[in-house]
Amino acid sequence: MKKIDPSEITPEHLYLSRREFIKGLGIVTASAAVLAACNGKLPEEYAKQLGASTPTIGAPPVPPGSTTDELGDPLNSYEDITSYNNYYEFTTDKLEVAELAKDFITSPWEVKVGGLVKEPKTYSIDDLRNFEIEERIYRLRCVEAWSMVIPWMGFPLHKLLEEVEPKSNAKYVRFETAYDPDQMPGIEKYPWYNWPYVEGLRLDEAMNDLAILATGIYGKDLLPQNGAPVRLAVPWKYGFKSIKSIVKIDLVEDMPKSLWMTAAPREYGFYANVNPEVNHPRWSQATERRIGELGRRDTLMFNGYEEEVAYLYEGMNLRANI
Amino acid sequence: MIGTIKRNSLQILTHIGAWIPLVVGLWDLFQGNLGPDPIRETTLRTGKTALTLLMLSLATTPLNTLFKFKQALKVRRPLGVYSFMYASIHFAIFIGVDYFFNFEQIVDALFEKRYAIVGLSAGLILLPLAITSTKGWQRRMKKNWKRLHRFAYAAGALAVIHYIWLVKQGVWEPWIWAGVLSLLFLLRLPQVKRVASDVSRRVSLVFR
Repeated sequence: MKKIDPSEITPEHLYLSRREFIKGLGIVTASAAVLAACNGKLPEEYAKQLGASTPTIGAPPVPPGSTTDELGDPLNSYEDITSYNNYYEFTTDKLEVAELAKDFITSPWEVKVGGLVKEPKTYSIDDLRNFEIEERIYRLRCVEAWSMVIPWMGFPLHKLLEEVEPKSNAKYVRFETAYDPDQMPGIEKYPWYNWPYVEGLRLDEAMNDLAILATGIYGKDLLPQNGAPVRLAVPWKYGFKSIKSIVKIDLVEDMPKSLWMTAAPREYGFYANVNPEVNHPRWSQATERRIGELGRRDTLMFNGYEEEVAYLYEGMNLRANI
Repeated sequence: MIGTIKRNSLQILTHIGAWIPLVVGLWDLFQGNLGPDPIRETTLRTGKTALTLLMLSLATTPLNTLFKFKQALKVRRPLGVYSFMYASIHFAIFIGVDYFFNFEQIVDALFEKRYAIVGLSAGLILLPLAITSTKGWQRRMKKNWKRLHRFAYAAGALAVIHYIWLVKQGVWEPWIWAGVLSLLFLLRLPQVKRVASDVSRRVSLVFR
């Protein structure tokens, strides 16, 4: 049987959704033009403008309660999602995280948002749940070449950033995970990692509507192994960018250095966009195993979110900026 | 008489021990105990078992030369053959389940994943060793048999490199195997062998 490349098939609902997308395209182009005009700087006016116009752009057009992603692929089960986790603060064994993290205290919880902002603010987890929570069905592609489809509950990160009003010199967003050796055995077990876990996004990436702060899965509050009580979900990047159990969000001028950039500078860069063309130095990223399937599927550019995010990297060398 | 029982019990122990990972693995597979990614789990388990058995097989010769533990030589062959068995299962899962016979993807994986090509090389070295492991081949090949079977060290080294290259930065388990292999290799160097057996003789004299 001749193999048909999945990218050659356009499912009907996706085809229809593209029409919707084209309608939104004008706004995206306009935003991109503003970005270009700002010459890389992102003044708060721009952030506001982008914020005001983004809510409908880019969000994958999957109606809430769907049982598939927008490509027609089924959701992974709650069981799969909550029992197969990379969370090195607990253990490097994916199957053991759930057990080791089950008593992790996630309430009360505070997220301090500060740095180069006009209105620094500390959010309790309840404050965060007061944002309008929506369901987002995203593919999660791990750098280890496996993937899942996950129905997150959350809200766009830009909504939070708009509240704190980034200053004009803010260019990046720096995220930090809780650091609690008493509750997280991995911190002392693996002292060679530069704890706490840190990740970052460029401000325009953070403002993209696909980037969400997730507080739940399948309509339930997040469990500790999935990054409770609040974590990032940036589906066009490898999974490790979607930092878990966030306690700090800072707007900064210089590119934050993530834990993985420190641990293996030759292997992990700042961007970590899913890209089948650019291999990890030690393994191919061309294919992935969808958890629950036999065989492998071809990995999609930007994990299948090319239409929503490609503009962010226009003119950038994606081989150099891994 | 006691010696016979002891020797037999080590051999029996080897044969039983070598099947346990497979039996447990199959049990866990049918019980659904392998987690959401049973393909990865079975690949890891069979790979680790193959490596462990290969190292044990390599350890038998120094156990005899240094500690006069002759019985160890009796299990060198089965340990090596069982290692090859697990390596074969490991490879079969890679081809048939992980990549589901998608040869285009397999070729890509072999050329783009350096750990895969190194692992394949280790397996290809073990293949002739397993074939010529019988007494008949040992007789027919005479001196060459020993020369050929020294390549087990090369297979061990490639298997350890395979493991080192596939884990993330900060995972040290394969480096423990690298240490074990280095030690086994050192113990085979004539100079080291002389000193080590001398030491072990003196120690045994003290305890006698």
